[in-house]
Amino acid sequence: MLDIIVSGLLLSGTYALVAMGLNLQYGVARIMNLANGEVLVLGALAAFWLYTTAQISPLLTVILVIPVAFIGNWLIYRFLLTPLVRRSKSQGQLEVDSILATFGISFVLIGIMVSIEGGFFAYKYLSEPISILGSTTSLNRFIAFLIACAIGIGLYLWLNKTRSGVAVRAVAVSTEASGLVGINVPRVSAFAFALGGAITAVGGALISTFITLDASIGVVFTLKALIIVIMGGVGDIRGAIVAACILGLVETAVATLIDPGLTLAAAYLIFILILLFRPQGLFGRAST
Amino acid sequence: MSNRPILSVNGVTKRFGGLVAVSDMSFDVGNHEMVGVIGPNGSGKTTMMNLISGALKPTSGRISMKGRRLSDLPAQKIAREGVGRTFQLVRLLPTLSVLENVMAGAVFGHRRRWGRDAEDFAHEMLERVGLEAMSQAPVSSLTYINQKRVELARVLAGEPKVLLLDEWLAGLNPTELETGIDLIHALRDEGRTVVLVEHVMDAIRSLCDRCVVMSSGAKIAEGTPDDVLSDREVIRAYLGDDDA
Amino acid sequence: MKPSGWGELAIAAFLVLLAVFVPFVTNGYWLSIAVTTMMYVALATSWALFSGPTHYISLATGAFFGIGGYLVGSMMSDYQLPFWVPLVVAPLVAAGLAFLIGIATLRLSGVYFVIFTLGLAEMIRNLISWIQNNFLGSRGLYVLTDLRDHHLYWMLLGVAAAVFLLGWVVNRSRLGFALRIIGNDETVARHVGINTAWAKVILFTTTGFFAALVGAIIAPRWSYIEPNQVFSPQLSFLVVIMALLGGAGRLWGPLVGVIPFTIIWEWVNVQFPNQSTLFLGLAFLLIVYVLPNGMVGRIEQLHARMGRGRS
Repeated sequence: MLDIIVSGLLLSGTYALVAMGLNLQYGVARIMNLANGEVLVLGALAAFWLYTTAQISPLLTVILVIPVAFIGNWLIYRFLLTPLVRRSKSQGQLEVDSILATFGISFVLIGIMVSIEGGFFAYKYLSEPISILGSTTSLNRFIAFLIACAIGIGLYLWLNKTRSGVAVRAVAVSTEASGLVGINVPRVSAFAFALGGAITAVGGALISTFITLDASIGVVFTLKALIIVIMGGVGDIRGAIVAACILGLVETAVATLIDPGLTLAAAYLIFILILLFRPQGLFGRAST
Repeated sequence: MSNRPILSVNGVTKRFGGLVAVSDMSFDVGNHEMVGVIGPNGSGKTTMMNLISGALKPTSGRISMKGRRLSDLPAQKIAREGVGRTFQLVRLLPTLSVLENVMAGAVFGHRRRWGRDAEDFAHEMLERVGLEAMSQAPVSSLTYINQKRVELARVLAGEPKVLLLDEWLAGLNPTELETGIDLIHALRDEGRTVVLVEHVMDAIRSLCDRCVVMSSGAKIAEGTPDDVLSDREVIRAYLGDDDA
Repeated sequence: MKPSGWGELAIAAFLVLLAVFVPFVTNGYWLSIAVTTMMYVALATSWALFSGPTHYISLATGAFFGIGGYLVGSMMSDYQLPFWVPLVVAPLVAAGLAFLIGIATLRLSGVYFVIFTLGLAEMIRNLISWIQNNFLGSRGLYVLTDLRDHHLYWMLLGVAAAVFLLGWVVNRSRLGFALRIIGNDETVARHVGINTAWAKVILFTTTGFFAALVGAIIAPRWSYIEPNQVFSPQLSFLVVIMALLGGAGRLWGPLVGVIPFTIIWEWVNVQFPNQSTLFLGLAFLLIVYVLPNGMVGRIEQLHARMGRGRS
C-alpha cells in the first residue's frame, strides 16, 4: 500500500510538470496543443541520444533541452499558430483550427522521430534502489520528482511574484482585458506557449530516465496531460498539481493491483467522472 | 397598473464568486408596456437581461412570466416560452443568408413554423424592419444598422410575448439612430411588451412608459422617465456627487 | 451542411446505379480498392453529417468501427452465431455507446469532446485485450464466411447510399437547420429555442451506428480478428482527413475527398511505408492552412468570386 502511495506520488511529480506545460499553452495562449506529447517524447529522445552516444547525464540534458524546446515551440507558435489566431473569428473556431493544426504537427514530429529512432528507447541511469518512508523505489524516480517540484515551485513563484508572471496570469483570465491594460497579448501568448513547451520537454527528459518510450507513445501523454489540466481547472497551477497527484496515485494503484494495461482506462474513468460532475475542474471557475 | 404583470422579477440576485452583479432586483413588466432599464456602465443591466433570457441562472430570487417560473429553465425553454432578446454585440449566423437568419427565429419558437410558412413569415418580418430587399444578401455585406435589423427581425419571427432589447440603439450614427428609434416606436404602437436596456436618454424619454434605474446591481429608482431622470440618486449614480 | 435539392438526389441515385456495376468490370486489385473506397465513403460521409455542421471533430470512428469488427469476430467465433446477428447487434451497441458519450460530453465545449474521442479507440482496445487475456483465454477470433469482395462491395454501397439518403433528409429537415445554426453560434441557437444538446446527441448517435455497421461488414475481409487490428486510432484520423479534404459543407464533399485520397494513401503505404505518419501530418496541415473548407468549399468560393466578378 505504501509502495503504491510513494510510487504514485513520485510519478505525479513528473505528470504535474507536463500538465503545467500544457496549462501554459492552453490556459494562456489558448492553443489546445495536441502535439504536447510529442514534444515530451522529443525531450526524452534527446536525453536518450545524448546519454547513449556521449554519456551526457540526463540531468544536464534537462538544462540543454530548455532553450532548444523554448525556441522550437516559439517558432511553431509564431509561424504556424499565429495565422490561426489572427484568422479565427471566435474562440470555438480557434480551438478547432488549433486542434487540427497541432494534430498535424504531432504527426509530422512522430514521422521525424521514427526516422531517427524507430524502436523503443530506454536506458539505465541512476536506477539504484533507494528507500523512502520504508518503501523501495529507484533513485531516478526520486530525482525526477525533486526536479519537477523545484521547477513547479519556481513556476509558481514566477507567476505570482513577478511582473511578467502577473502579465501571463492576466492573459489567462482575459485576453481582451489584458490588452486594454497595456499587456502585449500576442507576445505574452507566444512566450507562454514556448515556455510551456520547454517545461514539457524537461518533463520528457526526466521521464525517460525511468520509463521506456517509443516514438508513438506521445498521444498517451497528451491525453493524460489534458485530463489533468481539465481536472484541475484550465489555467490553475494548484489544480494541476492536485489533479496530477490523483491521476498518479490512481494509475499506480490500478497498475499494481489490477493490470498495467488498464492505466489508460483508469484515466478515462476519472475523466468521465469529471465531465459528468464537475466539468470546470476541481479549482476552475464555474462557467456562467 | 391595471393589468397583471406579464414578466415578474422578484428579489433576484446574481453572484459571481465574490462579485455581486445584480442585488435583490424586483420589478414588473405589464402587458403592452415598454419598460426602460437604465443605469451607468457596470450597473448590471446586461446581466439582468441575461438572467431573464436564461443565459445565466440567478443565485437567488425568481423570474416568472404569466405566473410560470422561468428562472430555473434552460435558455432554449425560456425562448420557447416566448422571451426573445437581441444581443449587445449583434450575433448573426454568418454562413446563413439573411432570410435564413430570420427563419431561425420562426422555426424553433413556440409557433414552430416550417417550410413555406416559415419562409413567408420571415419575409414579412424583414418587411416589417425594412429589409425586404436584402433577403438573399450575405450577412457579411450588411451595414451595422442592417445587421441589427436582421437580428430584430429574427427575434420578431419568434412571435415573442416579451421582447428584451439589450442596448439595441448602441453604436448607431445619428441617421441610423432616428431609423432605429422609429422602429422601436412601431413596435410600441403594435402593443408589444418590451424591456429596453439603453443609454440613449432621448429614446428612453420618448419610448418608455416606465423606467427602472440600476446602480451597482441594485434598483435605485423606478417611475416615469421624467421622474426618474430628475431623481437626485439617479443623477448622483451617473455623474457623481458634485452634480447632484 | 447546406441542404441539397431533388436534382442532387437524382444525380446521386444515378451514381449509385452506376456504382452497382463496378464489380462486373473489375476484379482483383481494383475491386479491392473499390471496396476500401466504398468503406471510406460510408465512414467519411456519416462522420461529416455530425462533425460538419457542428464543428465538433469526432475521433471516435475507430472505436465504433472496432466494435463492429470485434463483435463479428466474437459472436461468430465464440458463439457460432450467423453473420447477420452481429451485423444487427453491433450498430445498436455502438449507437448506445455513442449516445452515452454524447450525453456526457456534448453539453460541453468541443474541446472536451475531441479529447475524449481521441483516446477512445485505444482505451477500448486496452480494455478488451485485458478482458480477453484474463477472462476469455487468449484465442483467435476466426471469421469464416462465404462472402467475397463483391458481396462486401454491394453491402457497403448499400450503407453508403443509406447514409447519403439520411443526410439528404436531415439536411432538409428542422434538425439539419438546427445543426447549421448550432455550428454558427450555439448561444443564438439556444436563444431561438433549439435544444442544442439533444440535436447534437442524436446526430452523433447515427455516426456511431453507421461506423459500427461498416466495421461489421468489412470484418470478413480478414479471416482472423484481433482487437489491436480492428480498434485503430489511425482509422479515425484517416476518416477526418478524407472528409475535411473533400469538404464537410456539402453532402458529397467527403466523397470528393475519399476517392483520390484512398488511392494516394495506398500508394504512400507501398512506396514510403515508414513515412506514412509524416504524410498524414502533412495532410492535416494542408487542410488547416490551404483548404479549410475542403476542395468542394474552395471550388464553391472560386465560383462565387467569379460570379461576382462577372456581374
